[in-house]
Amino acid sequence: MSATTPSKLQKIIASGQLAVTSEVGPPRSADGAVIDHKAKLIKDYVDAINVTDNQTSVVRMCSLACCIRIKLMGLEPILQMVTRDRNRIALQSDILGAASFGINNMLCLTGDHQHFGDHSSCANVFDLDSTQLAMAVKMMRDEGKLLGGFEFQVRPEMFIGAAVNPFAGPNVFMRAIRMGKKAAAGVQFVQTQCIYNMDKMKEFMKIAVDRGLTEKVAVLAGITPMKNVGMAKYMQKRVPGMDVPDEIIKRMGGVPKEKQAEEGINLAIEQIEELKTVPGIRGFHIMAIEWEEKVPQIVERAGLYPRPQMDGA
Amino acid sequence: MRLQYPPTVRIIEVPCTGKVDIIHLLQAFEYGADGVIVVGCMEGDCHYQKGNLYAKTRVKRAKEILDKVGLGGERVAMFNLSSGMGGRFAEIIKEMTNKILELGPSPVRGAAAKAKATGAAGEVTA
Amino acid sequence: MIKAKPKPLEEIIDNVKDFNKLLIAGCDGCVTVCEAGGLKEVKILAAALRLYFTQAGKQVQVDEASLTRQCEKEYLAQLSDRMDGYDAAVSLACGVGAQYLAEMYNHKIVFPGVDTCFMGVNEERGLYSERCQACGRCILAETGGICPIARCSKRMLNGPCGGSDKGKCEINPDIPCAWELIYERLKTLGQLDRFERPVEPKDWSTSRDGGPRKIVREDLRI
Repeated sequence: MSATTPSKLQKIIASGQLAVTSEVGPPRSADGAVIDHKAKLIKDYVDAINVTDNQTSVVRMCSLACCIRIKLMGLEPILQMVTRDRNRIALQSDILGAASFGINNMLCLTGDHQHFGDHSSCANVFDLDSTQLAMAVKMMRDEGKLLGGFEFQVRPEMFIGAAVNPFAGPNVFMRAIRMGKKAAAGVQFVQTQCIYNMDKMKEFMKIAVDRGLTEKVAVLAGITPMKNVGMAKYMQKRVPGMDVPDEIIKRMGGVPKEKQAEEGINLAIEQIEELKTVPGIRGFHIMAIEWEEKVPQIVERAGLYPRPQMDGA
Repeated sequence: MRLQYPPTVRIIEVPCTGKVDIIHLLQAFEYGADGVIVVGCMEGDCHYQKGNLYAKTRVKRAKEILDKVGLGGERVAMFNLSSGMGGRFAEIIKEMTNKILELGPSPVRGAAAKAKATGAAGEVTA
Repeated sequence: MIKAKPKPLEEIIDNVKDFNKLLIAGCDGCVTVCEAGGLKEVKILAAALRLYFTQAGKQVQVDEASLTRQCEKEYLAQLSDRMDGYDAAVSLACGVGAQYLAEMYNHKIVFPGVDTCFMGVNEERGLYSERCQACGRCILAETGGICPIARCSKRMLNGPCGGSDKGKCEINPDIPCAWELIYERLKTLGQLDRFERPVEPKDWSTSRDGGPRKIVREDLRI
């Protein structure tokens, strides 16, 4: 985490306190109020808010515009950017634009293949991949240079993030060293895939700590509360790269239907408590999918409230 | 056994149904056949291991082609029999003959005859 | 080799139904190997078209030919004394051959009879899979001999992505994750350091992105 930026998220992580991020999904319409509303629900309980970039390849309001809205509300956005839809010209142009609005966090992603989305017949781009996007941001920030070599004065001050999925099996070791590759490319923090398999997460973190990777990159553990046993089963069977052990299904299914939502919240809080003791975890990324209103409760009950105030942020 | 079956069938012997290509099936129709039966060994009993399975896929494709060119895929069929099933062979010939009689002559044969007739008439007028 | 598959017969019929003299032109190269466009496929298509026209009561001449390669002028020239006799041709060569046939006989309509799909291997008869996208600057030496550009759905140079599951691609569990393969191969070769190093953005200008490509080999030209 060499380069220092004005990012509040970076300051909190650097201070040694556990960071909390969450995310909002933009609407499939031009209704900006949706983002404002979702951001308001969670604003006092998180340090920064991810805005997804056409997630699952479904067309939504653009991440950059939503991030600007969030920034204008006085909150701290994390601009998610996928390389699926834009080449290096468009990506670098958007990074400059984001920086001009004082956006200081980015999450560099490759993105889901368009096969899953609402425009599966489209052409994709994939000019860069997530690691190369991080390299580009780092070059722009640290050298004031575009990939094409052009040098400029006012640099984008980005705290560079990426995603990791320790569960996209079978090889945990490979996933850990790939995080190392991202760190080498300039990534300073990562948010993980939703964690349900605690053993595998611990195995991943042990490899990361042993290889010194957690010195270079802050790991924010991904937490997604289950709404009910149906969601648990869906994530187990249908979502690629998701690892939901049978015990979770059993536990969610073991309580009456009207109590399942509460059980899901309890489970999320227990996961946070357990992960707090895992070396190398520097915070939490709480992804409450279409359930943003539960984020405050989870943050509070997990002992992560109030959020620290940082000077100048 | 001296089993009786309709005299409408012309038998073409091949060493194995694996020899029968789609092109043979299609040419039979070009030459005026109303239907084609491919009779192979029982599945799993091919002397050449997979000959009858190749024939099966080719008959399937020939059916698709015949459907698309307006002849109808039901004019070609494959059956798997062992050498001890002469009785069933005679039955199949009867069944298939009846089916073809129901379907009527191949449209290719009818159209070819018609084209010839009109062609001849044209010559007369000229 | 180039892999192609036959176009649906109804599409070909729709293209040629108003012509009276047709040539079905095959190619004895790549498309013969994947059984989409060789002499045998020419005979099948020609027979099918003749059956179609005859049952429809039309007298259409459908002739057959197959050339050693349709991507070379010398072989295409073998049709020079015949082409005037046809209204149209259906080429069963790949898109390269079909175009070159049309270019050589530019007063004739040439319809494609196959869909050209990719450059790939014969895994077994009737099963072909992609291996190369002709990016113009081969990186196989760095990736353990497995091409992520052709074989990763996101053509990632720093894979695998987070969507691969149990070693399979997120878009189709029948497709192996190229980066899982690369990782395993590099491990076998004792080259895992290659996997750990970030790969710089690729110069795509030698690929399709650089516009239509041409190779000029002065050492071969006279």
